[in-house]
Amino acid sequence: MAITLSERAANRVQKFLDQRGKGVGLRLGVRTSGCSGMAYTLEFVDETLPDDIAFVSYGVTVLIDPKSLTFLEGTELDFVREGLNEGFKFNNPNVKNSCGCGESFNV
Amino acid sequence: MALLHIAEPGLCADPHQHRLAVGIDLGTTNSLVATVRSGSAAVLEDESGCALLPSVVRYLQDGIPEVGLEAQLRQTDDPHNTIASVKRFMGRGLKDVPGASATPYRFVDAPGMVRIETHAGVKSPVEVSAEILKVLRSRAEASLGGELTGAVITVPAYFDDAQRQATKDAARLAGLNVLRLLNEPTAAAIAYGLDTASQGTFCIYDLGGGTFDISILRLRQGIFEVVATNGDSALGGDDFDECIYRWIVEQGGVAEASVTDSRLLLSLARKAKETLTGHDEARIRATLASGVELDLSLSAETFFALTAGLIAKTLGPTRKALRDAGLGMDDIDGVVLVGGSTRMRHVRAAVADFFKREPLTNLDPDKVVALGAAMQANLLVGNHKTDDWLLLDVIPLSLGLETMGGLVEKVVPRNATLPVARAQEFTTFKDGQTAISIHVVQGERELVGDCRSLARFELRGIPPMVAGAARIRVAFQVDADGLLSVSAHEQTSGVQTAIEVKPSYGLSDDEIARMLQDSFTHAKNDMDARNLREQRVDGLRLLEATQAALDEDGLRLLSDTERIAIGRAMDTLHVLLNGQDHVAIKRAADSLNRATAQFAARRMDASIQRALTGRRLDAIEV
Repeated sequence: MAITLSERAANRVQKFLDQRGKGVGLRLGVRTSGCSGMAYTLEFVDETLPDDIAFVSYGVTVLIDPKSLTFLEGTELDFVREGLNEGFKFNNPNVKNSCGCGESFNV
Repeated sequence: MALLHIAEPGLCADPHQHRLAVGIDLGTTNSLVATVRSGSAAVLEDESGCALLPSVVRYLQDGIPEVGLEAQLRQTDDPHNTIASVKRFMGRGLKDVPGASATPYRFVDAPGMVRIETHAGVKSPVEVSAEILKVLRSRAEASLGGELTGAVITVPAYFDDAQRQATKDAARLAGLNVLRLLNEPTAAAIAYGLDTASQGTFCIYDLGGGTFDISILRLRQGIFEVVATNGDSALGGDDFDECIYRWIVEQGGVAEASVTDSRLLLSLARKAKETLTGHDEARIRATLASGVELDLSLSAETFFALTAGLIAKTLGPTRKALRDAGLGMDDIDGVVLVGGSTRMRHVRAAVADFFKREPLTNLDPDKVVALGAAMQANLLVGNHKTDDWLLLDVIPLSLGLETMGGLVEKVVPRNATLPVARAQEFTTFKDGQTAISIHVVQGERELVGDCRSLARFELRGIPPMVAGAARIRVAFQVDADGLLSVSAHEQTSGVQTAIEVKPSYGLSDDEIARMLQDSFTHAKNDMDARNLREQRVDGLRLLEATQAALDEDGLRLLSDTERIAIGRAMDTLHVLLNGQDHVAIKRAADSLNRATAQFAARRMDASIQRALTGRRLDAIEV
């Protein structure tokens, strides 16, 4: 199992990294908060950490800490458009239920 | 499912805590909204993929007004109710609006700011601008999937206090929280990332649809400072269209153009101008109302020659701005082009030639201001970690006071950097003068009549002194948004007064009326509550005192009938004390007082008698 990016998501991430002008990749993670227990985090990475586990998807490096990985195993990150809104979406097979807006979840 | 964006390391927002912020370029011709997502600034488009929202509002007889392209398309059919270029009227009285008579609008000269009569009633420029902002706000909220935390709105560097306040009011009316007003040239410089350099002096050349602005910014240790601004408020892309239009009329031998014809030719002129940005020749074909066919070819060379004078007109203010800043051509480290009209090749060439360097053009000149505003907004809501990014702007016009004889005494000079505080001492003019009227004006002219009046207030309570003895310190303070407060302080007596300059124009009339009304209603309630409490306290005290007196002297000094009458008055008061009617309490208390008046007198006599009995006259201390 691994963490993957959809091709669309990977292209977007690469574009944002290019525009930003620095950064080695994308960090996915979870942290405890939000109305349903856990929440996703999505950040640029300037420095990798010793425990980081790295995946490469369509040329983009995705970093994740081992603890978060247990909750994100098998997740695909997609980039979608919904009307005028657009952004990244976690397709996480571990999720049992999430809050109404999907921003936080539990497993 | 909420859609997520990539945050800076360590700055991931908690769920439902995203701080959505936008930058808005509220332009004379077009308006835009932009935001920073996943670290990049981007202009937000509407459903049909358009980024530019024409700054045109059409009021219908009933229902919500049309804004943008659909309003612009109906401009000619419905000229009275379709308002374009409203930015020119912001914070302006009718006499301040140049060429007001040339517009089709039915102006109503209201105190402070002009109003426009439409189908939907009389509208102030603030309300019209708010309609534009509302559309941008809902576009942003649809695109970002949530309510906005705040917005940075750009204004021309030369906007005075009234115009800035009007812009803020429009935003508030549109339900936007204004994080800050940002000068347009500063926004452009931010968009180009000029702030990443350690230092430099930059010139922002902004040629829009109807206005030309030149600004000189200085960057030192990561701090931006607008050191000079200048411009021409009646020069822009429309004048280039007009030039081509006149050429068509002349070349085509159009003797008398009808309204429809001239509109058609003007739009063809604009198209030709746009064609010539990328081509060396533009064909102009039209069939006039009279049936006359036109088929002309305009070469880029001819176009450049026709409009050379217009470009020359931009260079005068540019030289002046450089002179104001005390800079030579060699001191300029970069030139930024802003505004759709800077797409014209000969404009670019002229600017490059003037500054002897290639201007920065890689960002879309229409979008650059909105992008910079979005970056500033992102920073202000705390989505970005840099904290050493401070913007300093300048006072576009000097601020001063009226002195005897209608002369202006400047306190804060033009181009002083913001925020600024300056003070100056004034004195009284006549012996025994106890008040001084302070009239705050803005402008460069020497006579008050030629400057713009911002506010008047009075300092009273100056102790009478000979003329010239009073020392009145008047302090001007301008905050980072360019809004002014003025205070006056008489140093020998300590009396002081202050005013925040909220230029007195329209919109707020209704608001002021409502607020006053509110305060009246509340004042009545507050007063009633206060009266009730006071009467209760008084009533209770009276009851207690009466009871004590009855206990002491009731049997000795009162007949049964009198005691019963007093008892009844006490009962009445006692009951009413638990009610809410302070007037009734007062009345009952008064009648108890009357009922006990005789009793009180007798007690007084009795006590005096007691005090005097058996004492010698000379032993009594009076």
